[in-house]
Amino acid sequence: MTDDDDRIFKALADATRRFLLDRLFVRDGRTLTELESELEMTRFGVMKHLRVLEDAGLVVTRKSGREKLHYLNPVPIRLIHDRWIDKYTERHVSALVDLKTELEGTA
Amino acid sequence: MTTMTETKTTQVYQVFIRATPEAIWDAITKPEWTQRYGYRGIAEFDLRPGGSYLARATPEFQAMGMPEVVVTGEVIEADPPRRLVHSWSFNWDELKDEGPTRVTFEITEGDAGVCKLTVTHELENAPLTAAQLAGEIEGAGGGWPFVLSDLKTLLETGESLPG
Repeated sequence: MTDDDDRIFKALADATRRFLLDRLFVRDGRTLTELESELEMTRFGVMKHLRVLEDAGLVVTRKSGREKLHYLNPVPIRLIHDRWIDKYTERHVSALVDLKTELEGTA
Repeated sequence: MTTMTETKTTQVYQVFIRATPEAIWDAITKPEWTQRYGYRGIAEFDLRPGGSYLARATPEFQAMGMPEVVVTGEVIEADPPRRLVHSWSFNWDELKDEGPTRVTFEITEGDAGVCKLTVTHELENAPLTAAQLAGEIEGAGGGWPFVLSDLKTLLETGESLPG
């Protein structure tokens, strides 16, 4: 599954693509037109980024009538998480994440 | 623009699993499999339209205060080993008053013995159930991403994640 991992990390190694995932995290089921309106980029550019995210399995599309809706698929990220973080360390990690969130005032 | 997570009414999850469609179908529908991954609920399916579905909590979860039957529903469509649609309602606390929601499993065979499993969960009028399934509730496990990751691990390695 190394190819898959490469695709995921490459897809994440780009600020625009992370921005698109962040937007889908807030609310998914969005169309290309909606996503495009939040970026200073051509429709074609946004399409290309979405394509990379789709190839990596991080975005899944679904037809609804004539519209193509984009959904965030968190499973590949969960698989990476499960590979290196076990149930025991998860508690410590989440405590540290909570601390960081609190200290940075983004809670 | 809000930074709050708005309630999602449909959740779509996808995972690639190196297993046959039949093995994936069994892992979703047979109790001897469902108790080996995820929340380890013991599923009972009557696999025909209108047939009943329920999931029982393990004795460990029941000891923690869960009811014996945690999820109930009805089979809407069963086309083994490709497509399963059933209704889904949680059976405890305030989650009981939501739904019913609807879940669709689609298994597509791909190249080199790898199948694509897509889970679409339609969650109109079920914000608490939705938050639970997305893994957003503190202390309630990782929802569908956790369950599907664990399912993949079990089918590919014969072992599930350390509980």
